[in-house]
Amino acid sequence: MRTTRRTFVQASLAATAAAALLPISLRAQENPPGRRPIPSTREEIPMVGLGTWITFNVGDDPVLRNECAGVMAAFFEAGGRMIDSSPMYGSSQPVVGYGLQKLGRPSALFSAEKVWTSSAAAGPPQIEQSRRFWGVPKFDLVQVHNLLAWKAHLPMLFQMKAAGTVRYVGITTSEGRRHDLLEQIMRNEPIDFVQFSYNVVDREAEARLLPLASERGVAVIVNRPFRQGALTHRLKREPLPEWAREFGVSSWAQLILKFILSHPAVTVAIPATTRVDHVRENLSAAAGPMPDLAMRQRIAAHVKAL
Amino acid sequence: MSEWWTYRTEDFLLFSPRVYWRMFELHNAALWPLHVLTLAAGLIIILLIARRPGIGARWIAFILAMLWIFVGWSFLWNRYATINWAAAYVAPAFAIEGVLFLIWSLLDRLAFDRRGPAGWIGYLILAFALAGQPLLAPVQGRGWTSSEVFGIAPDPTAMATLGLLLLARGKLLLVLLPIPVLWCLLSGITLQTMGEPQAWAPYAALVLAVTAWIWTIIRRRADIMKEDRT
Repeated sequence: MRTTRRTFVQASLAATAAAALLPISLRAQENPPGRRPIPSTREEIPMVGLGTWITFNVGDDPVLRNECAGVMAAFFEAGGRMIDSSPMYGSSQPVVGYGLQKLGRPSALFSAEKVWTSSAAAGPPQIEQSRRFWGVPKFDLVQVHNLLAWKAHLPMLFQMKAAGTVRYVGITTSEGRRHDLLEQIMRNEPIDFVQFSYNVVDREAEARLLPLASERGVAVIVNRPFRQGALTHRLKREPLPEWAREFGVSSWAQLILKFILSHPAVTVAIPATTRVDHVRENLSAAAGPMPDLAMRQRIAAHVKAL
Repeated sequence: MSEWWTYRTEDFLLFSPRVYWRMFELHNAALWPLHVLTLAAGLIIILLIARRPGIGARWIAFILAMLWIFVGWSFLWNRYATINWAAAYVAPAFAIEGVLFLIWSLLDRLAFDRRGPAGWIGYLILAFALAGQPLLAPVQGRGWTSSEVFGIAPDPTAMATLGLLLLARGKLLLVLLPIPVLWCLLSGITLQTMGEPQAWAPYAALVLAVTAWIWTIIRRRADIMKEDRT
């Protein structure tokens, strides 16, 4: 049969429609993201998750809520699992809950939440409120947000873990703050996860936190991998180096993510986005070959020189 | 908050500009055609000041009381607080401003008969709040649907109040000032952090109003000294 433009367009539309009807699990298998084990249990999770800071805080806006649900659908379709939120993120929690409900509560979800209150007594009701917003039976991970009242919340979270109402316990900070205290807690408390900022230009974590996480068997979640978009915005005017394409990179975002994920102590990076194409691009950065040590240094030096 | 010096205003911005302006679109769509009524109330205020400054003062304070309470409840509490939890703490301040205007209305303590340069600046700010601020959305390419209208959105309501207070005389007038002043400052910082050029609007209203008040105070003191000498 001769292929005309018309038959090509018809075939393309049919293929697109068929792809849309494919079950999420089938499409995820096409190019699955790489996985890393959570050291405390050896459970493996995909190396790219989904952050919700700013991007999912859309209030009651029905159009934007559906856009967020679309991003979540693309995330699960591409093989993603971890979604991270916090009571601090405005309406992000109910928007995540809306998306999960719309998607039929995907079983792949790895729910990562936070407790964010200076009051010890307000911790458990806040976690319960967050759980209702998400509409999940329990959270996989609850972290102490920005180390706020960590002395009060950590024992409560360990109790929850012992009771089986949460699977993992963690602590978070961002933008290089309070690393000394973070280090102290990593050394002295039996936490499963630690979350902090790390990227190709903010590399303080390489000195102590990342080696300590390896040593202590703590899983690492990297937040703000693109410096809240500022890094990709700055680099978009620069051409992507040709040598970056040898490990399947087609954008600066992917190169930055590959740099982060290639550190052996990193478990998951959680870029936030409002765009379906970006979420797919982010997850594909976790697939294929990763830069070795020499290439990591080359990437860092190249970005620094720009 | 530890290491507070490392925080920037960007760290406290919880939402994107797109979400912020769509919030006004949804708010306007939900309240339309109430805008006609609130703009008419603004025009009535100007007419009362221009024609019957003594008699209408009580009604001007009453209208402002209702609008502050309404904006605080409908916009800050019900709308803005969904994307910015801090708005839930600001909404009661709008209610307090409304109650203060209500008290001033009942006591009939205000007179909107100030003239001179401070009065003209008051008229200028008032006119901008009513007619200029709603134009900023279409001028910046966002379309009329996200316009900020007096009595519906907080910025034009607070700016118009600053203008009105420049035209007013009365005991304890200063008590009515802090909340609109602080709102203009807060809104200016928010818009500036979002990278929105229209941050200049609340800042300009604030600078003009403060300059006019300082000028009025200096002028009054000079007059008193002059009287003392004679």
